[in-house]
Amino acid sequence: MIFAIRTETKKGWRLLSIPFIFSLLLLAAPLTMMFLLSFWTQDYLVLDKTFTLNNYIEAATQPVYQLLFQRSLIISLTVTFFTVLLAYPMAYFISFHGGERKALWLFLITIPFWTSYLLRMFLWKVILGYNGVFNSLLLWLEMITEPVTFILYNANAVVIALTHGWAPFAILPIFVSLEKIDRSLLEASRDLGDGPFHQFFRVILPLSAPGVVGAALIIFIPTVGDYITPKLVGGTDGLMIANMIQVQFSKANNAPLAAALSASSLMIVAFISIVFVLFNKKYLRRY
Amino acid sequence: MTRSSKYLKFFAFTYLIFLYAPALLLPIFSFNSSQIIAFPLTGFTFHWFETLLHQSTLHEALRNSLIVAVSSSVLATILGILASRSATRYDFTGKQISLTFILAPLVLPEIIVGVALLIVLMQLGLSLNLWSVVLGHTLLIMPFSILIMNSAFNNLDISLEEASMDLGENQFGTFYRIILPLVFPGIMASLLIGFTLSLDEFIIAFFLTGTDTTLPVYIWAQFRFPKKLPTTMALGTLLLVTSFILLSLSEYFRRRAVNSRSSVL
Repeated sequence: MIFAIRTETKKGWRLLSIPFIFSLLLLAAPLTMMFLLSFWTQDYLVLDKTFTLNNYIEAATQPVYQLLFQRSLIISLTVTFFTVLLAYPMAYFISFHGGERKALWLFLITIPFWTSYLLRMFLWKVILGYNGVFNSLLLWLEMITEPVTFILYNANAVVIALTHGWAPFAILPIFVSLEKIDRSLLEASRDLGDGPFHQFFRVILPLSAPGVVGAALIIFIPTVGDYITPKLVGGTDGLMIANMIQVQFSKANNAPLAAALSASSLMIVAFISIVFVLFNKKYLRRY
Repeated sequence: MTRSSKYLKFFAFTYLIFLYAPALLLPIFSFNSSQIIAFPLTGFTFHWFETLLHQSTLHEALRNSLIVAVSSSVLATILGILASRSATRYDFTGKQISLTFILAPLVLPEIIVGVALLIVLMQLGLSLNLWSVVLGHTLLIMPFSILIMNSAFNNLDISLEEASMDLGENQFGTFYRIILPLVFPGIMASLLIGFTLSLDEFIIAFFLTGTDTTLPVYIWAQFRFPKKLPTTMALGTLLLVTSFILLSLSEYFRRRAVNSRSSVL
């Protein structure tokens, strides 16, 4: 028996070792290197390898970095909130009223996201611009007399574009968790006197919490580090931390600070995600 | 139909319009004759598509992108086959944690992955070229390959494998003649998805390409020239159609992978 377990481990690892080593080399090693570098300093091309926390102190105290971290988090949390809020009724509609056409609905939702992310975010710039599609359409229809300007080159535009860009990543996990709900539980709650309102808040919503929590994390974590969207539609008021990381890397030629900013964002995101999961633990434990 | 479900349906259709708005603009404005992307439309033209034919930098970028997309999807699929074969067939200590680690790029912000890879390449003094992009893309695509291959391998009946061994095939022969043909649709799905992801990927390519640009990096550069907008829209339309075809194919293969078991027995 022990022998059998051993060979199983051996066989399993023999196959898994190659992809695992690949990930060690291309993910673990680079991330470790990034953390190391964040404790060093760079003066033009010379790298000073004495340990220092200066990069982190700079990242934490300089108003410009504080502002960017804050803005990135606020934008990302707002996007997460609105995407989940919009996705939930959609997922609910498909799961409870989709009937025979559930697969078709899911297919319809994913099609627009087969355009590249880059082009989709660029199209939002085209849509929201001063002479853009949205304004020109409203002018043409004579619904406005002057182009509206509050929707491009600021944080609003970033939120709109990202809320669109990440929609399927919220709809799909919420849909899956709604599908898993045992429909007899709904009958039971109705038989026991729950109206639609109570039924939703006391039965359906808590039972679909794993999907909501999953969706929120899937959207929150990558959007904090989004580079493309703020650069294209954010203007100067909508720039986020990823844009600064890129600037520190290229123009400012300060790789250690870029590494410290990256490491800090990673730690902040991890911290918020863990707190969020712990906060929702009572809904997740049953699974 | 109750009132609340009517509201829901109305919401679902409105939301669907919001989801489709950007993608629909691509084809509309790539055939519109005006150089400015705005309503009302001015007339129908193929001109923007024609200009695509005469841009040698674009052709170069396309060639680079194809090299990267083919190499990284093949590499990622091979690694994905190894990982998910191991994960679905054997039970062993450390499996879950190492798989979670391999799947991590699915949720990591891409900029972090890009920065970390760039730092290593810089520290090692390696020059940036298409191969650094291939490695970066392979890392990003591998998790998708694993998830696709997992569902393909999960549908395999272990008794087919045992039968083959009983009939005298060795392990390699069994894998080559029994398992591989059965998971072939999964492999095709993984290759196609990987190809499409790599073709569209921007951040890693932006950080890791030296002088050889890929298609998205080329498109990014075009955004700076308002005059070239309609041409970029035309290029986007072609990319949209390509992605649509590739992903439909991959969906077809993925469904076959899921159904393969029932067709064998």
